[in-house]
Amino acid sequence: MEKKKRTKTFVEEISAIPGGEGIRLCIQCGTCTASCPSADRMEHTPAQLIAMARADMRSEVLSSNAMWCCMSCYLCTARCPRGVKITDLMHALESLAVRERLSSGQTLTPTMYKSFNYFVRSNGRLSEVWFMARFYLSTNPLRALGLIPVALGLIRHGRLSIKASKLTPEGVNQLRNILGKAESLGGVS
Amino acid sequence: MKYYSYFPGCSSSEGGAKAYDKSAQAVSKVLDMELIELDDWNCCGTTPYSSIDELSSFCLSARNLSLAEKRGFDLVTPCSACYIMLNRTNSHLKEYPKAKAKVDEALAAGGLEYHETIKARHLLDIFVNDVGYDVIRAKVKRNLQGLKVACYYGCQIVRPKLGFDDPELPQSLDKLVANLGADPVPFPLKSRCCGASMIISDEAAALDLIRMLLNSATSNGAECMVTPCPLCQLNLDAYQIQVNRKFKTHFNLPVLFFTQLMGVAFGLSDKDLGLKKSIVPVKKVLAKYP
Repeated sequence: MEKKKRTKTFVEEISAIPGGEGIRLCIQCGTCTASCPSADRMEHTPAQLIAMARADMRSEVLSSNAMWCCMSCYLCTARCPRGVKITDLMHALESLAVRERLSSGQTLTPTMYKSFNYFVRSNGRLSEVWFMARFYLSTNPLRALGLIPVALGLIRHGRLSIKASKLTPEGVNQLRNILGKAESLGGVS
Repeated sequence: MKYYSYFPGCSSSEGGAKAYDKSAQAVSKVLDMELIELDDWNCCGTTPYSSIDELSSFCLSARNLSLAEKRGFDLVTPCSACYIMLNRTNSHLKEYPKAKAKVDEALAAGGLEYHETIKARHLLDIFVNDVGYDVIRAKVKRNLQGLKVACYYGCQIVRPKLGFDDPELPQSLDKLVANLGADPVPFPLKSRCCGASMIISDEAAALDLIRMLLNSATSNGAECMVTPCPLCQLNLDAYQIQVNRKFKTHFNLPVLFFTQLMGVAFGLSDKDLGLKKSIVPVKKVLAKYP
């Protein structure tokens, strides 16, 4: 990717992403942080992350593990008294972090998401088994050993299927054309 | 007969939640509804796609909505993640014209258009609002009186505020269960997070949340749990063994899809409802209610 000189502030950059515009409205009340089921695992709480972004601490924000801890439960968004779409904001930060290759090494979540997307991108639907296999092979396969009891339960009850339901070849092609075009349009903002 | 376009989602079609699809179809038949599967639908992309590439995520859902638009019925899904992605796409396309223009351009590359006329709805919404509690109650054949049920909604069926029920203290599933003749128990964590896909990348974080949910449900006397979300069901059912190993607990709480409990009340067979696909066995609890 061609490196352009940044003319926008970090807040302007975030505001251009759908759902990111609310960052200017935050009053730092901390309701998001208090509502978050993952806040205790974050290097910076959601409210801190917003304050840092507004202080233009771009690389600190984008290399934080915080947004990768977000489980998209939307409790912060439902409760925010200023109507900030905090979950969307977290997704916006995640996509910027990936684009700039700054995503935190402290979490396996970006790798997990990419393994997931790989199958959606190539087949149009997800096979849970192959997705898990790809993820564990690309991180630490030994971690999968701890999952043997879970896997056995699923196999015994016919819930781990190696075949995925499929689109027609025309459907797969159509989807690839759509996604290929989308990827050429330089992001959502 | 009422007709709907049906979007099963990956986990209910060939994945771990096949019993959800099966029981949803069986129960719909009893309620005089037909769920017509959308031809050639694609994965909604869920959180992984919207976190990494939002524009493509909108396009994934826009393709499905566009296919549904050709047919014209509301698009119904039993999956909370698909439900939120379809709704999010609809609302974002309306709210952000710049994003809409890019999505239109991408869809055109596949020869498609989308005019935002399709409503994406959750199966639970259809049952309680289109069919209605009275009709459901009239179909009950098996007496479940005394069966204590924790109604677990999860997150993405009620939040952010796109839904048909309260974002924090929803009631629709409790009322549905009461109309089936069973007893919903108080369950303060009914719309809290189960850890979702973090169960894969950060198992410890998700197991903490699953333990809290199981604890809250059982300490309120629940004999089983019902949920309208495939991922919640998987986490609470298949990973219960991991919670017990990690925290030295002894949870043994069956977790059903809400459509399975409806089918049980309607007198449908175990096979039609895929009851044997549950990891924590369901049979013993239901045996008390012949």
